[in-house]
Amino acid sequence: MVQTKSSAGFKAGVQDYRLTYYTPDYTPKDTDLLAAFRVTAQPGVPPEEAGAAVAAESSTGTWTTVWTDGLTDLDRYKGRCYDIEPIPGEDNQFFAFIAYPLDLFEEGSVTNMLTSIVGNVFGFKALRALRLEDLRVPVAYLKTFQGPPHGITVERDKLNKYGRPLLGCTIKPKLGLSAKNYGRAVYECLRGGLDFTKDDENINSQPFMRWRDRFLFVQEAIEKAQAETNEIKGHYLNVTAPTLEQMMERAEFAKEIGTPIIMHDYLTGGFTANTTLARWCRSNGLLLHIHRAMHAVIDRQKNHGMHFRVLAKCLRMSGGDHLHSGTVVGKLEGERGITMGFVDLMREDYIEEDRSRGIFFTQDWASMPGVMPVASGGIHVWHMPALVEIFGDDSCLQFGGGTLGHPWGNAPGATANRVALEACIQARNEGRSLAREGNDVIREACRWSPELAAACELWKEIKFEFEAMDTL
Amino acid sequence: MKTLSKERRYETLSYLPPLTDQQIAKQIEYMIDQGFIPAVEFEEDPKPTDHHWTLWKLPLFQARSAQDVLNEVRECRSEYSNSYIRVIGFDNIKQCQMVSFIVHKPSNSRRY
Repeated sequence: MVQTKSSAGFKAGVQDYRLTYYTPDYTPKDTDLLAAFRVTAQPGVPPEEAGAAVAAESSTGTWTTVWTDGLTDLDRYKGRCYDIEPIPGEDNQFFAFIAYPLDLFEEGSVTNMLTSIVGNVFGFKALRALRLEDLRVPVAYLKTFQGPPHGITVERDKLNKYGRPLLGCTIKPKLGLSAKNYGRAVYECLRGGLDFTKDDENINSQPFMRWRDRFLFVQEAIEKAQAETNEIKGHYLNVTAPTLEQMMERAEFAKEIGTPIIMHDYLTGGFTANTTLARWCRSNGLLLHIHRAMHAVIDRQKNHGMHFRVLAKCLRMSGGDHLHSGTVVGKLEGERGITMGFVDLMREDYIEEDRSRGIFFTQDWASMPGVMPVASGGIHVWHMPALVEIFGDDSCLQFGGGTLGHPWGNAPGATANRVALEACIQARNEGRSLAREGNDVIREACRWSPELAAACELWKEIKFEFEAMDTL
Repeated sequence: MKTLSKERRYETLSYLPPLTDQQIAKQIEYMIDQGFIPAVEFEEDPKPTDHHWTLWKLPLFQARSAQDVLNEVRECRSEYSNSYIRVIGFDNIKQCQMVSFIVHKPSNSRRY
């Protein structure tokens, strides 16, 4: 039918889908998993047929009728396209809303959920392109997931850090340092006032620096900086590895040496590995920082793939205490309203539908811990007021070049960032507007902080102004 | 170019010059406006992993103004002048601590 490409067969197949899978009178149940797809149909395929085809191909349907269909109760298991919505300004695109019954998915498995919802259907020939914009995960299904190992409030309690964003920095150059030199860079950053440093995502265990050597030198750096500053310090030790066994070996070693936080790349590593690691982290008391390499492959094209808000929800279910979420102000893109929409989905407990921020469904997380958003990339001290204003306290701000690129080195660079942050927090709490007076706040602090003054001198001319791709 | 000296810190707002009582009052005011419950705690030689410092009396559930809290800070300061003192804030809705900032360091405060 659809796969034969003959025009008569194609029509017959699509008609079948609509008859079974397009149900505009259906009222979704509280236990249904709901999906909003942006569908670009092939020319000549009406929206109801394309929407029904998506529902079918992502649930019980296959390309032809099989006799064993008669042995099951299709009404109990089929996905249903219950609404179609045109998209203003786009002739050949529309939103299709699909409801999936709870029994289609294995408990506690993001892997299984995505295999169904964004599996084969994305290669389906009746569609020119397909994008999953949002998911509503029912409470009944959410309660089968552990979620983040600790969450924002527990992380703050463990770290003794309140009332301000956390500060981090990725160690650079991202590849090629020896373990000992790497440890020194970490120590200098932490003693200067950062809370965390971070392995670059590319750092796993290469010939120039094997993982075990890195872990040991970094842990020594953490302990020395902690003793000197009297503040709790950490470094996201990347345990992403070729196999699950190697990943767990690295995680176990990190625990053995007493490090507070480890790191995983959840998309390249995969959801099964990530969920395994997140569960282990809760059992063993380590925080889990999550990087998102490969996300742009999935989320950047407007008519294809999945929006990052879906990837962010999946991570909250699979488990992670931090997740990179873009900066709004830095070198990487991200439109403010949409970014803050998925930041809310990461860290709040109940988020109302708000189409102006790209939130298609009201989502109740039912007390699942929140994920701390990480703003990283291309930011420096002059961005600090905007970052505090936009992200608020429950965020982790990461200045890589903005720390290591300081003319006096890592430690003064770290101090410059910490002073800028605390000056902004103090000013905000005193009722000053960071949006209006942010630059004044930074300039005032420069008068008593030579480290900040040197940073402000270096970076004042730098601007990042690109048009965001992620628009509504 | 300058080498950064080694100095002990005490978390939020400890990288600023020591706060004046007027500045402390403004931070407390913000906390009360957010609906948080203020408290004062102190410790003679706190380690970074000391999550609990000794509580000064009990959390100030009845505090209506920054001045109420500031009076307790002053009283604590005169009684335990050799201790570090911080003001903290609890959110009973989110059921967690939300605020902590240093308001007093002893005069012989170690620079490491």
